[in-house]
Amino acid sequence: MEQDLFSAILFATVVAGTPLIIVALGELVTERAGVLNLGAEGMMAIGAIVAFAVAHHAGNPWIGAAAGMMAGMAMSWLFAFLSLTLMANQVASGLALAIFGVGLAAFVGKPYEAVSLPAVPPLALPGLSSLPLVGHGLFQQQPIVYLSWLLFAAITYFLYRSRAGLVLRAVGESPASAHAIGYPVIRIRYLATLFGGALAGLGGAFLSVFHTPLWVDGMIAGRGWIALALVVFATWRPWRVMIGAYLFGGVMVSQLFLQGSGIQVNVPQQFLSALPYLATVVVLVLISRNALSIRLNFPASLGQPFRPDT
Amino acid sequence: MVRNDADAPALRLELRGISKIYPGVVANDHVDLRVAAGEIHAVIGENGAGKSTLMKIIYGVTPPSDGEIIWEGHPIEVDSPAEARALGIGMVFQHFSLFETLTVTENVALALPEARDMPALAARIAEVSQRYGLPVDPRAHVHALSVGERQRVEIIRCLLQNPRLLIMDEPTSVLTPQAAQKLFETLRQLAAEGCSILYISHKLDEIRELCHHATVMRGGRVSGVCIPREESNHTLAAMMIGRDLPVGDHPPVEQIGEVRLRLDGLSLAADDPFGTDLRDIHLDIRGGEIVGIAGVSGNGQRELQQALSGETPIDDKSPVQILGVEAGRLNAAARRRLGMACVPEDRLGCGAVPAMSLSENAVLTGADTLGLVRKGFVSKRRATEFADQCIASYDVKCSGPEAAAKSLSGGNLQKYIVGREILQEPKLLVVAQPTWGVDVGAAAFLRQAIIDLRNRGSAILVISEELDELFELCDRIAVMAEGRISPARPATEFSMEEIGVWMAGLWPGADTSAARAASEKAAA
Amino acid sequence: MKWIRIEARQEPDPLMRFGSPVLAVTLTVLAGLLVFAVLGKDPVEGFKVFFLNPLRDTYALSELFLKATPLMLCALGLAVGFQANVWNIGAEGQFIFGAIGATGVALYGGELGLANSPTLMLGLMMLAGAISGALYAAIPAWLRTHFHASEILVSLMLVYVANLFCSWLVFGPWMDPDGQNFPQTRSFDDAALLPTILEGTRLNLALPLALGLLLIGHVYLNHSYAGFKMRVAGGAEFAARYAGYSSRRMVWIGLLAGGATAGLAGMAEVAGPVGQLTDKIAAGYGFAAIIVAFVGRLNPFGIFLASVVMALFYIGGEQAQQYLSLPSAIAKVFQGLLLFFLLATDLFVNYRLRLGRSAHH
Repeated sequence: MEQDLFSAILFATVVAGTPLIIVALGELVTERAGVLNLGAEGMMAIGAIVAFAVAHHAGNPWIGAAAGMMAGMAMSWLFAFLSLTLMANQVASGLALAIFGVGLAAFVGKPYEAVSLPAVPPLALPGLSSLPLVGHGLFQQQPIVYLSWLLFAAITYFLYRSRAGLVLRAVGESPASAHAIGYPVIRIRYLATLFGGALAGLGGAFLSVFHTPLWVDGMIAGRGWIALALVVFATWRPWRVMIGAYLFGGVMVSQLFLQGSGIQVNVPQQFLSALPYLATVVVLVLISRNALSIRLNFPASLGQPFRPDT
Repeated sequence: MVRNDADAPALRLELRGISKIYPGVVANDHVDLRVAAGEIHAVIGENGAGKSTLMKIIYGVTPPSDGEIIWEGHPIEVDSPAEARALGIGMVFQHFSLFETLTVTENVALALPEARDMPALAARIAEVSQRYGLPVDPRAHVHALSVGERQRVEIIRCLLQNPRLLIMDEPTSVLTPQAAQKLFETLRQLAAEGCSILYISHKLDEIRELCHHATVMRGGRVSGVCIPREESNHTLAAMMIGRDLPVGDHPPVEQIGEVRLRLDGLSLAADDPFGTDLRDIHLDIRGGEIVGIAGVSGNGQRELQQALSGETPIDDKSPVQILGVEAGRLNAAARRRLGMACVPEDRLGCGAVPAMSLSENAVLTGADTLGLVRKGFVSKRRATEFADQCIASYDVKCSGPEAAAKSLSGGNLQKYIVGREILQEPKLLVVAQPTWGVDVGAAAFLRQAIIDLRNRGSAILVISEELDELFELCDRIAVMAEGRISPARPATEFSMEEIGVWMAGLWPGADTSAARAASEKAAA
Repeated sequence: MKWIRIEARQEPDPLMRFGSPVLAVTLTVLAGLLVFAVLGKDPVEGFKVFFLNPLRDTYALSELFLKATPLMLCALGLAVGFQANVWNIGAEGQFIFGAIGATGVALYGGELGLANSPTLMLGLMMLAGAISGALYAAIPAWLRTHFHASEILVSLMLVYVANLFCSWLVFGPWMDPDGQNFPQTRSFDDAALLPTILEGTRLNLALPLALGLLLIGHVYLNHSYAGFKMRVAGGAEFAARYAGYSSRRMVWIGLLAGGATAGLAGMAEVAGPVGQLTDKIAAGYGFAAIIVAFVGRLNPFGIFLASVVMALFYIGGEQAQQYLSLPSAIAKVFQGLLLFFLLATDLFVNYRLRLGRSAHH
């Protein structure tokens, strides 16, 4: 019985952490190039509704997920065009994207609020899924969960082992120097932003097509913002994104299990629901007081516009 | 200049009629330049003469508006620095193009498209640094390196690409005189091996010592070509600015006043992890004298200036005493009310708000001392009057007091900022890099204004990386190294040699262990 | 070779500074027509319903200004912070807390005998609203000044917390016992309702109050030394440090101003058109106000105009739902588009486009 509960909590934690991992890893790559895209919430919302609608019409969740990624990318292109080509303030452009994306998703999604999709069956990894204790929680998951692990490995390799990753970090640290030795700063920043958009779209798609599978206005519920906070928490390092995302996932599912476990809880449901947001604040505070660790990993040009002189 | 077609193939680089036009500015106007193989060729000119633009064109950073580039006999178009490097052109930037959080090897790899194997690259770096006397640790992070070491990284990065033309932009501005001599040896060795060197500078002595030929630029045009060894500073200056170098009127100290600034054991940990900590600094400055702080950049000058101005708070009040008041804990505005003024090294973004008008920028430091704020409200009329006065008396070229600070050229903005501070008649003035990036005429004007203020009895501290400037301006000079300050000494008692040794941290009575660490860093 | 180039202007173009919001509104309207056409609605009809209906008569105009009032209030406070690059994006949460504070006074004030003294009651409600909003904004301010925590993320997280807290109140202790389990408090007594200022409309005292505050905001931002300091901090952080301005103080002023005006707006909403606290009290005003502040150029006069435009979009959205059977969320699409267009057209303030390769004058 206790083992079942542990397994169920582990399972739910991994599920809750997955969209955060995907979105935060995308944002991490974007920010490593020196671009601060605050629009994750909007890109997730658009990714979620587009993926849902396409999955519904095409009858295939994977086509939906691909469409969600494309939609997230399209949104991030809008941001990139404003902030990189037209040199608009990155904070303002990101806020615009967040507000616009959430609004547009609500508008487009209205007809889909009554629709439901068939659940996508989980993929049990042979062998691993029958491991005691963790088998069910870790290895009988949606394929996208495994994909998030692959993404983590790939992005870690890319950032620290590949030449392209070195260039990306260089651009984020000093676009002027990167430009001076001949790297196309704006193009690299575009690519990083589009990558972040695609992953934000995928994160949204995971929620609407694989996790619930439903579309409800407001279903992103601040996860895009939490993912942004996670990147700060992780001080721009992928492995810390993983830890942070699962910690948050744990906080998010804790209330469900507190209620379902039979333990008497005398706390209103709203207070439990507020926990992830309060946890975000606490985590931001704990991390931000350590200025040194931030300074050493922080992409120094984050949020600064760059214009090559012609 | 007579063209001799017979030796044309031996030319490594030839520019014909290169022009570069920016909106409202002609940076280069039909510039011709010829550099032979193995030649060290100087490009001289004062700030704003168009040298840097010309180098950016050669290195492919920016395209020319007109003209032809001929590389080893073939006309070429250089569209990007990568292309320039592929041709065999390398460049060492004045403001380094390095990445602080990356290692030396990673920094070098970024400029070498074929570099994949990091350990092999590190070995090649070690080999080149050995061969040319440029010691540097390939595994070190750049933020931990001194300015001199960073320059070596830049040079090594160029050399690994086997360049046939090396562009050096003001390379000695970050070196001690001794380190500059070592650099010259490296450059001569390279030239002897057949590499051409384009050497950009405004320091006439070193050009006469090092360079085979010189092209002189003035106002975007070539104003002369010569063999510098056969010229004097006077004749070069005449080509460079069209007249002789202006000489300031600097009478000796007449009457030394009371102590206006006393630093009494000032120590301060840098708030930037890549910054320099200040260590136990002692210094007195009296009314009626100018004291200079010499030193290689990055040795704590910026931190010192910010600790003096009040930009960086200090926990203890006694280490900084301004006009007899223990002012350590006071912020910048409170220190200004005591009679101190300050000119920071970054004029745009620190000394002035770029998007604000000159009259608004007057309020920045003149709110109390000039009465530009009354009962909590900004007096626009008074601010405009003051800006007008400052523009007139400091000969600031601009469209008027409503001009945005960012619309002014560097020299004119510097005149406005220095004027703004001096017109407040401070009892104590701290100036950092008073003439950085300023043309010769404006520089002479600014130096004279500082000397005049001294003559009226003010105490003045000048922080500068230009030794010539310090010798011209200062009554006493102290040297800064690794966050420490040497005793101050009358400028007339210093030789260039000696000040160079001190800049490496080796002054008599210096903390020897710290000095050794400093000199290891600054040596070479 | 590029045929269109972006070229920096020597000085910002003063005409474009105010021209670009107008251009952005025009582009948004044009995009709106396109959206109607794409959705298979007659663009002319859509234009009428969305953009003209809200202006058709006195009553419609009164509704427009009723909607614009909370936007101006929130945007004014935000603008104070934005001037100094203090990014309070949690006005929505501060609005909710203002509404909660005012509701507390309205619900319990009767027991203290305030029901017979509307002036005192409303005065206390305003005070409670402004203080509650400001206190809620003090959280990100304190965390920013003491722990360097990003005020963007903290203030935003607190929006969700405020929503949940409000939901707990109206589902729990403050729920109207006679309200058939609707998530709302009981309706306020007359003494706790803002008096209307125009017969036959819902337009109330909050509008003149907001206009007065805009005027004060104008004096503060554009003429006072304190406002000057905020602008310096926003224009160049290091210059503010050089001048000796305290950056902590800027953060406090910026966030408290935003919190207080947003709280006041929340009070005006519960004591005005809604007349009680509900779980949907904020209706996105706090987020829309961010757009209002930008479109209004962080300038009180601009904020007045921009809030009317944004209110038009809100009401247009309701009209579109009613007459064109389009989701009312279309208002948010237009609001977002407006900010996008503004950011794009702002390019022309500091840059110009040039055709052709040559840069000769």
